[in-house]
Amino acid sequence: MDIWSTLSDTFLDWESMKAVLPEMLKVGLVNTLILAAASVVLGTVLGMVVAVMGLSRRRWLRWPAKIYTDIFRGLPAILTILLIGQGLSPITRHWWGPNPYPLGILALSLIAAAYIGEIFRSGIQSVEKGQLEAARALGFTYTSGMWLIVIPQGVRRVLPALVNQFIALVKESSLVYFLGLLASQRELFRIGQDAAATNGNLSPLLLAGIFYLIITVPLTHLVNYFDKRLREGRPTAELEVEELVHADHR
Amino acid sequence: MPTIADTAPADTTFRAASLELSGIELAFGTNKVLRGVDLVVPAGRTACVIGPSGSGKSTLLRATNRLLEPDAGDIRLGGESVLRSNPDELRRRIGMVFQHFNLFPHKTVLENITLPLRKIKKLTPEGAVAAARIQLELVGLREKESARPGNLSGGQQQRVAIARALAMKPEVMLFDEATSALDPELVKGVLSLMADLASAGMTMIVVTHEMGFARQVADQVAFMDRGVVVEAGAPDKLFTAAESPRLQQFLSQVL
Ligand SMILES: Nc1ncnc2c1ncn2[C@@H]1O[C@H](COP(=O)(O)OP(=O)(O)OP(=O)(O)O)[C@@H](O)[C@H]1O
Ligand SMILES: [Mg+2]
Repeated sequence: MDIWSTLSDTFLDWESMKAVLPEMLKVGLVNTLILAAASVVLGTVLGMVVAVMGLSRRRWLRWPAKIYTDIFRGLPAILTILLIGQGLSPITRHWWGPNPYPLGILALSLIAAAYIGEIFRSGIQSVEKGQLEAARALGFTYTSGMWLIVIPQGVRRVLPALVNQFIALVKESSLVYFLGLLASQRELFRIGQDAAATNGNLSPLLLAGIFYLIITVPLTHLVNYFDKRLREGRPTAELEVEELVHADHR
Repeated sequence: MPTIADTAPADTTFRAASLELSGIELAFGTNKVLRGVDLVVPAGRTACVIGPSGSGKSTLLRATNRLLEPDAGDIRLGGESVLRSNPDELRRRIGMVFQHFNLFPHKTVLENITLPLRKIKKLTPEGAVAAARIQLELVGLREKESARPGNLSGGQQQRVAIARALAMKPEVMLFDEATSALDPELVKGVLSLMADLASAGMTMIVVTHEMGFARQVADQVAFMDRGVVVEAGAPDKLFTAAESPRLQQFLSQVL
């Protein structure tokens, strides 16, 4: 038996890759990007809410944040996705039909928010106490001192961890597959898997893998870039809207 | 470097107010850190606060601008009690300078000064930049306006911090060991800036270990120990004819 030809039949069947490529691009890649981007945005916003609640001086805000984080970090992602995606669909199907995307995005975002909330919280907590004190000594209120001075610094410090979480989301978006997808709703993994079953080899899945890497590897480099900047002590200030606006006035 | 005293166009003037602390008490849990502090600083005068570590000097400054809320006592600014007014508004009238500068590291030097001017004083961006540049000029750091605080020496950072506080047009300035974190060769520049500010007529409370500064610049020196002002008076008298044994002992250690 020739190991090389067995492996290449399984993984490197160019014909089945070529056949699935258009669908992979037009349907799979687009859907994966939609799922990932929507969950990144919603997860980040929710994560900031969870972080700010968790840092609140009020106990009745801190506790819900803590319980939320414990639950969504403690459950397997697939279980959360099934519970939310299937459990709530009898209610939501009145609004947008049997489309599993909104609930899939919601579930992915809720999970991500638990992790992102912890990332933000640790970043914000790492900012020296003197920063808020100096802001308040100048006359900023507690709230505006937090939002203008402390939180931007805290977020900057955890950008690498944040982007790592985005990478995880790109990969986890494949889990919506378990919610049952119409042909036009399939994302990269599902298209690869369907084609693999039809062709009797794994080459389409390998192709799906390559597409995942095309998305995630640049993000990995972004992580390294942020990491390097932070270690060199150069703040990644250019990213802040506030400062872009400010620059316009000069 | 232009001094504050000899450059005084309209924008660099300030309206200094008197500050009276009476019977200030403050506890952290059961730890009574301030036990009835009295200190009166007439408008335009400088009081230096000296005393051993842990005596409550920093806590007293934080109580003065209500970063920490006093448990008892009264604070009068320009003759009016300020304990019942909004603490955020009180802090806009009192500038504070910290041992570790506490500049905002993610902002440029200029932005450190313009941000509070825009957000708190509601100046236009152009107005804030103009006002900030005047203050930077005054502390001799106009050419550093685009630098990040992290790229400045400690002495330069502290001068920016002073400029940032002065830009808010405070009526009183509080200094908490402003030179303690500086390399020895940088101390002089910051102290002379503070001395200029004092002679320009700012009301100041200066917590310091620099006995030379206290002697030359202060109108009044207050010695704090265990949460009270044990002895206060003119520097000459305090340094040469201390009455209380605790102050005598303290001076024998630091002089
Ligand atoms: N935030 C706080 N919480 C609890 N205790 C505090 C706090 N800040 C200060 N203390 C306590 O109050 C006492 C006085 O502290 P403070 O910092 O006012 O002293 P200090 O005179 O400024 O000393 P140093 O010369 O070392 O700066 C100390 O015993 C300190 O432990
Ligand atoms: Mg202190």
